[in-house]
Amino acid sequence: MLAWTILISFLGAAALVLLPAESRRAARHTALLTALAGLACALAGAVQYERSAASGAPVDLVNFSWIADLHIHFHLAADGVSITLVLLTGIAAVAGVLFSWNIERRTREFFALYLALIGSVYGVFLSFDLFLLFVFYELAIIPKYFLIAVWGSTRREYGAMKLALYSLVGSAMVLVGLIAAYVVSGAQTFDLTELAKYHFPAAFQHWAFPLVFVGFAILAGLWPFHTWAPTGHVAAPTAGSMLLAGVVMKLGAYGALRVAMTLFPEGLRAWQNEIALLAVIGIVYGATVALVQRDLKFVIGYSSVSHMGFVLLGLMTLSKIGLSGAVLQMFSHGIIAGLLFAVVGRMVYDRAHTRDLTELQPMNLSALAPFAAVTFVIAGAASMGLPGFSGFIAELQVLAGAWQVFPRLTLLAGVGILVGIAFMVRVWIKAFFAEGDIKASAIPIEPISMPERAGALVLLGTTVLIGLWPGLLLNLITPTLNSTLFQGMVKGGPQ
Amino acid sequence: MTLSLDWMIPLIPEEIVIIFALAALAVDFAIVRRMNPAVRWRVIGATACAGCVGAMIWIGRATNYGTSEMLALSPLTQFIKLALLGLALVVVVLSLDARFTRHTGEYYALLLLATAGLMLLISSENLLMIFIALEILSVPLYVLTAFDKTREASAEAALKYFLFGSVAAAFTLFGISLLYGMTGELGLGAIAAKLRTQPVEPVCYAALVMTLIGFAFKVAAAPFHFWAPDVYEGAPAPIACFVASASKVASFFVLAKIVIDGFGPIRGGAAWNDFRAGWMPVLAVLAVLSMAGGNIAALAQTSVKRLLAYSAIAHGGYALLAFFGNARQMLPALLFYVITYALTVLGALAVAGAVENSANGDRMAAWAGLGRRAPLLAVCMFIFMLSLAGIPPLAGFFGKFYLFTAAAAGQPHLGMLWLVIVAVGASAISLYYYLQVLKQIYAVPPPAGAMPLRASRAALFPIALLAALVIVFGCAPGWLLGRLSAVLNSSAF
Repeated sequence: MLAWTILISFLGAAALVLLPAESRRAARHTALLTALAGLACALAGAVQYERSAASGAPVDLVNFSWIADLHIHFHLAADGVSITLVLLTGIAAVAGVLFSWNIERRTREFFALYLALIGSVYGVFLSFDLFLLFVFYELAIIPKYFLIAVWGSTRREYGAMKLALYSLVGSAMVLVGLIAAYVVSGAQTFDLTELAKYHFPAAFQHWAFPLVFVGFAILAGLWPFHTWAPTGHVAAPTAGSMLLAGVVMKLGAYGALRVAMTLFPEGLRAWQNEIALLAVIGIVYGATVALVQRDLKFVIGYSSVSHMGFVLLGLMTLSKIGLSGAVLQMFSHGIIAGLLFAVVGRMVYDRAHTRDLTELQPMNLSALAPFAAVTFVIAGAASMGLPGFSGFIAELQVLAGAWQVFPRLTLLAGVGILVGIAFMVRVWIKAFFAEGDIKASAIPIEPISMPERAGALVLLGTTVLIGLWPGLLLNLITPTLNSTLFQGMVKGGPQ
Repeated sequence: MTLSLDWMIPLIPEEIVIIFALAALAVDFAIVRRMNPAVRWRVIGATACAGCVGAMIWIGRATNYGTSEMLALSPLTQFIKLALLGLALVVVVLSLDARFTRHTGEYYALLLLATAGLMLLISSENLLMIFIALEILSVPLYVLTAFDKTREASAEAALKYFLFGSVAAAFTLFGISLLYGMTGELGLGAIAAKLRTQPVEPVCYAALVMTLIGFAFKVAAAPFHFWAPDVYEGAPAPIACFVASASKVASFFVLAKIVIDGFGPIRGGAAWNDFRAGWMPVLAVLAVLSMAGGNIAALAQTSVKRLLAYSAIAHGGYALLAFFGNARQMLPALLFYVITYALTVLGALAVAGAVENSANGDRMAAWAGLGRRAPLLAVCMFIFMLSLAGIPPLAGFFGKFYLFTAAAAGQPHLGMLWLVIVAVGASAISLYYYLQVLKQIYAVPPPAGAMPLRASRAALFPIALLAALVIVFGCAPGWLLGRLSAVLNSSAF
């Protein structure tokens, strides 16, 4: 079931390429149907997995020899971690299409690239052959570039090229590490589960781990390699930022967990403290910089860096509670950041034609667009990590896990949360609830459309659902962290 | 005394090509000279096609393999000749709509003679034969480069190509003479045998370096690359395609043959922990200079053909990585890479030629909005550029991946990983300039009043075919790899 997500997305992209150029409506509906079909497959696959595999071990979906001379297999499989992220991708894909309903210029091409990106992301999350994973990982670079360079806004060509080059430098580091691991292990397989059984020499792990981990983590916004993230998010069209923050940053975190940490547990131990430090710097730095931004999208962009810091910190705890917090935070941040970017990019910027907080201040948006204001307040509350939303459980788990390993860093991360609350409150006040001196009727503003409402409700519903019932995902994640693939890295500790 | 013609039998494919070259001249003189140009180009072009196809059919059927002191015929050499004839055929078809010269017969005759030189080069087992074949290849190419007499750039390119080429040939010849002086042999196998038993004297290394210079020139490896940008830009488009693809494949194959067969005993070492004199450090230096120099120079180009020329220099550098692989992987990795690269660059240059014809130049601005003006050409260029940049699932990605893996696995203790790191880094930089071209094509709107660009069918069909091949070889590299290992296993290489 899950493997269909990839095929459906690419078929949808191909169908869009073949549509006549003028048919905007048909393009939108095709894209929405494709995204919904992908989400349906993901949900069905998740249910199927939870029923059949209580052990949390990966379940093979597809496995055949692809390039026999190099022992490369087309191997797709899924476990609880990958299914969580596939679900995230499915939800983000549907919401992204709904928030791109107003794309009028080159609609067909936009959605074709969009679906190609979604398909590659599904591919990364489901690949269990490292070569295949890398193929999907690189395949995602090109649609990202064009989505930003053609349909983007502020400094789009700069932002697009920066993102493409950062991605490619990251994947170059990963490639060197993968080739070296393949050769050192005897050049017999690229299969993740097989390679994970191989014990790499400690000296090798000590340099291969940081190479591969940082290569992936560049895309997860690891400080100080995060600088692509704010510019990329700001330059991207709404659905582009939603996908960048929602799923593309997760590609990096997922790769770091799935590949670097699984293959090189000893290297991981050696670098654990340094990376945790970088993660916490990212948390505090991202939140602090967000506090002083004037551009609303930059605020959300830097907040993403901060929230992804929690993911990386959770990964470095090496305890079950921290790791499951990290995976949950990937999901949670994907939903919440998507929602924030949707409000800022689609509901505010497309209507007010500015994202500058000082210009938004006199407009009194809460009166002009109450739906946007309410959505943003709820999303902001979720982003702060208030109880009842998914972010709360995730960050709590990460902090609980981190407390046992790095107590001082955890305190700092706590400061980051406080700053996070501060910048969100500042944005609430300035963008939506300031005393406006322009009359609401002075600015003609188009009402929030049905697709936007639907998209916002999907995302809001998800974050509340997981916030109230985290077991839905934790039942997928926790057994997987107990499985053999993760045993090498998890130290144990309380559940 | 009976006159035996047996010696001619192994060379029948080459002879077919030469006969059709002469036939192209004869048809031109005798029949079509006074007809209108369209008919004339078609008739002579068809003659040239027939020559290539005839030779391919003969190669496909013949199974008489064997090796003499001078020539080797093995499944491997025949396979590569097939690939070269295929590339030459594409160039012949691309030339059908060329109108830069009135000397149609001469043009096709020279093209076929150069192809015959390529085929002979593949089979040569003796340094003198290799040299002769190189000259048979080079002299027609010098002339063909100058064939567009309406443009000064064409003459300039030919002069540069000729001057650099002849100096490089002189170096090679000097190297060969030194080698002959040391060993008393010219056959590759015999030289290797002598080098293995004799103590290796310093002058052998001088001979090695001088011989390699000639080939570094042929494959446009830095610092012997100066001719390449001018030839790519100045030569008639189909000839640039030929130089960039077929000529490169053959040169790399012969380079491999010389260093493995002839200079095998003086391999040396270029691993980070094991630097020893021999051909390995020479090639490592050439590779680093080519990858770094080619990519950095390409960043600053505004002409797409020059950009492709500098990228070709960089790609020559990547291909050199194969030479550090182990015996089992080096040739499949090298051949897979150069063959798929040849298909890609041939397509990209053909698109550049089509754009140049319609826009009077191939500056970046001429490409603006090509996605609207010529959707099919634009999609094909998109595929070629991304394949050159090494984006999956295109042939260029797997080719690079295999090269890098082979090089990393070739020496013990990841000895050549440093070169792989340089290559991967250089490759990451290269995305920048390929994306610049694609940005013009897709992100920049066409200039006001721009007309749709109409390319002829003779250009569109081969370009689309090449693009399809680039995708197929990328998604399913197994077929070509399987063929390569099959012919390698049944050859004595």
